[in-house]
Amino acid sequence: MPHDDHDHSHLDPMTARVMALETLLVKKGIVAPAALDAIVDTYEHQVGPRNGAHVVATAWTDPDFADWLARDATAACSSLGYTGRQGEHLTAVFNTPEVHNLVVCTLCSCYPWSLLGLPPGWYKSAPYRSRAVREPRAVLREFGTDLPEGTAVRVWDSTSEMRYIVVPMRPEGTDALDAAALAGLVSRNAMIGTELAALPAA
Amino acid sequence: MNGPQDMGGLHGFGPVAPDPADPMFHADWEKRALAVTLAAGVAGYWSIDESRHAREDRAPAEYLALPYYALWIRALERLLLRHGMVTEAELERGTPEAGTRPPKRVLEAGDVAPTLARGAPANRDPGDSRPAFAPGDAVRTRNLQPRGHIRMPGYARGRVGRVESVIGYHVLPDASAEGDMRADWLYCVVFEAADLWGAAEGAGDRVSIDAWEGYLDHA
Repeated sequence: MPHDDHDHSHLDPMTARVMALETLLVKKGIVAPAALDAIVDTYEHQVGPRNGAHVVATAWTDPDFADWLARDATAACSSLGYTGRQGEHLTAVFNTPEVHNLVVCTLCSCYPWSLLGLPPGWYKSAPYRSRAVREPRAVLREFGTDLPEGTAVRVWDSTSEMRYIVVPMRPEGTDALDAAALAGLVSRNAMIGTELAALPAA
Repeated sequence: MNGPQDMGGLHGFGPVAPDPADPMFHADWEKRALAVTLAAGVAGYWSIDESRHAREDRAPAEYLALPYYALWIRALERLLLRHGMVTEAELERGTPEAGTRPPKRVLEAGDVAPTLARGAPANRDPGDSRPAFAPGDAVRTRNLQPRGHIRMPGYARGRVGRVESVIGYHVLPDASAEGDMRADWLYCVVFEAADLWGAAEGAGDRVSIDAWEGYLDHA
């Protein structure tokens, strides 16, 4: 996508501003246009929540992997090929009947890119960042998630380079499903903690 | 800094309202803003923490009004200027001038996949250093309110919690935002929600932060 057009006056202000900056940095040899295209392609098409769902489904079906994931999520995820930027240090937190986990970054937008891709808009928004730590149950209800009586909420505020992924509880009635089918039950939001794993289609 | 980014616990922002359509990008300029920010970071003049501080260090009204990637672009322009890689006149007119600092490294298309897959780990070799706190220790967070960058949220300041784990020996953001890449011990510290907010929303609810050793005292 070359941006050689110098007349940006017909564009909306942000498009014009970003295009002007990109054009300048390309002319100065600071960034390479083909590298920019490759970065966009990576996060639009290659890295996404399918990675995390694969990790969760593997943990559900392989107790040794689940143990490893609990002890050293960075190494366990790396063994499945998931490494890299905004996933250099990983912790997997497992939901139980006693504790439901929820991940937020109140200070910016830290998120496990290597497992979930780029964060959705709401994750980066002021309402989520301000409220998830203080009224997580109200936030969960906005996602249609009502926790059972007796389940405590643990909120993980991502204030360091450690990135957190929630391993939801495996739904009942899924004994016959293989890992690929199980991965289909694991939404991005379930791995942030705003939802639970989906029930299998009846 | 006591800035607009430190919004944990603030009231009044309204519902989260997740968008069911949920586009990753709302316009093409957002994609380019992401890519140009990541690529320019490879030039080697600033850390992720300096980048974060460049986004948050502005008037609260501006921070809250700007779309996410617009904030990234404002911050990138500031970083490029601060490090002498571009001039105000260049940003104004778009014509390169002589005398600016060249990138230490340029990210080429073929390097994108390996560079992103490698990432930039924040852990460092602790050498002879040992962590001052152990899992189970009661700690009180210090009342730190520096003008510069810090990763302790205001809501957790001056509170008693418990060390849950020693995460490792990680680059200290407060220093790295100013170009000093020293590391310190990093802990996961968990608080009772009632101790943070006066009353918990639900029984047993807890909140944790990751906190560097210099943020903590024994309680």
